[in-house]
Amino acid sequence: MNPDAVIRAEQLRKNYGDVAAVDGISFEVPPGESFGLLGPNGAGKSTTMKMIGGVSQRTSGKLSIMGLDPDVNGPEVRAHLGVVPQQDNLDEELKVRENLIVYGRYFGLPLSYLRPKADELLEFAQLTDKAKSRVDALSGGMKRRLTIARSLINEPKILLLDEPTTGLDPQARHILWDRLFRLKEQGVTLILTTHYMDEAEQLCDRLIVVDKGRIMAEGSPASLIREHSTREVLELRFGSERNATIGAELQGVGERLETLPDRVLIYAEDGETALEQVSARGLHPLTSLVRRSSLEDVFLRLTGRSLVD
Amino acid sequence: MSAVAAGPGGPHSVTEAARQRKFGALYSRNVQAVVARGLMAAKSSTWLILVSGFFEPVLYLVAMGVGLGTIVGDVEGPGGQLTSYAAYIAPALLAVSAMNGAVYDSTWNVFFKMNFAKLYQGMLYTSLGPLDVAMGEIFLALLRGLLYATGFTAVMGVMGLLTTFWAVLMIPASLLIAFGFASLGMGITSFMKTFQQMDWINFFMLPMFLFSATFYPLSVYPEGIQWLIQAMPLWHGVELLRQISVGAFSPATAVHIGYYLVMIVLGVALTTGRLRKLFLK
Repeated sequence: MNPDAVIRAEQLRKNYGDVAAVDGISFEVPPGESFGLLGPNGAGKSTTMKMIGGVSQRTSGKLSIMGLDPDVNGPEVRAHLGVVPQQDNLDEELKVRENLIVYGRYFGLPLSYLRPKADELLEFAQLTDKAKSRVDALSGGMKRRLTIARSLINEPKILLLDEPTTGLDPQARHILWDRLFRLKEQGVTLILTTHYMDEAEQLCDRLIVVDKGRIMAEGSPASLIREHSTREVLELRFGSERNATIGAELQGVGERLETLPDRVLIYAEDGETALEQVSARGLHPLTSLVRRSSLEDVFLRLTGRSLVD
Repeated sequence: MSAVAAGPGGPHSVTEAARQRKFGALYSRNVQAVVARGLMAAKSSTWLILVSGFFEPVLYLVAMGVGLGTIVGDVEGPGGQLTSYAAYIAPALLAVSAMNGAVYDSTWNVFFKMNFAKLYQGMLYTSLGPLDVAMGEIFLALLRGLLYATGFTAVMGVMGLLTTFWAVLMIPASLLIAFGFASLGMGITSFMKTFQQMDWINFFMLPMFLFSATFYPLSVYPEGIQWLIQAMPLWHGVELLRQISVGAFSPATAVHIGYYLVMIVLGVALTTGRLRKLFLK
């Protein structure tokens, strides 16, 4: 057990009726770490986040945030947290800057602290020129940045981000990742859920792969790939008719074979060599692609399913 | 770019100060933050609704009290003395106005914030507890009630319908009535999921407005109906304000006040419990 851990979960469980949304998961997060929960929709990621935030009571297990039980000391735990929920819930009746000030007052913080802090956060979120705008006039990416700025108003030690970039265009995502990376550099502990591999690889020091409320694997993105996948992947498309039947003819190429409805994946240390072996067998795919293994492959290996349906 | 959040072990004096206060799971002694938010939001909206809510009872008073009153003539007031019909119904309309203002704020407003704006969800992710949120929203409803009650009492004064200084007490009494309706209304709204369900509130309020001895005494009803009316909250409000308006108090005055005190306690408990169940489940 790490005595410094800011979050410690032991056999954490949450049932909704008979359904176990979170089915006995355990993990620890040391201060300053960027920790990810990776999994498909319905895996129990958001439920875990809500339990950490003290807005959902666990069914059983132990949970401690900065040494406090969120079910008992909800408001006190939340004073340490910044929360970026999956759906923006900005206050649309207030202007952009007012959103920050009012949110800070919910924490009982004085205006003398909040006024300069709000300006500083607007600067950080690149929204200074929007300070007096209405919230509904902001773009999706701006709203997201405002939500993140809002979550920082109480100088949280832990920032919870639930699917922070879902629904954003690539440019907005990169701006957001840059902002989150800066927070990480400042030592803020980041807890984020995502079903985007690239996001997890960009932001997470360590992550757990969650499926059906259970932890399937734990480690850094690189170590997970090393452990559960090969260095490279050869993706072949033979057309939707043949993908399913061609498996037998590909046996023995690479270390492992995965047949998906739209393509066949061959896991190998060297993708080009594997492709030559395929050609040598007289098989000619419509398209072929050699790429590095990603967390997507780890997830596929562990659960037999893709992350994004 | 300056440091936005200090690192672990860094200076956190402000959050520490906020943290040091006594916290429970339900309440963080920060009702004023919810109220401040409501006032800031009010700056930019709903002035028209606010004003229309004030004029509605005034229009009733003019149409029924002054207009219809010329046919009705004088009627017997709570103390047994004769008063003009307008002076008879004016306190009742004040009670209705207090009810309407409180119910509007605590039902439709709350319904929208709860189901569409996700406002409470955001609030409860902070140090606020559900009791802070409930009390703050109810307080805002009362503030609106105070505006209406003061305005209407002033109109009564201008129209020469006030004969005693006791009548000033109608203002705090209106707040009591508004408090009762706001706290219970918010609790009930928390069960509502669709607009159709919200219509049930109007379905309940309109008959209560018409039949709670607002325009004529309770004695016109058969006994069974009288019991039903007396069980309704508005009747107690109407009677309470009518007694105060002429300074004619009786043991029933305490019953009316007691009715609202119970309603307030039940309403706040219900609302807090529901907010907790809905958002901290």
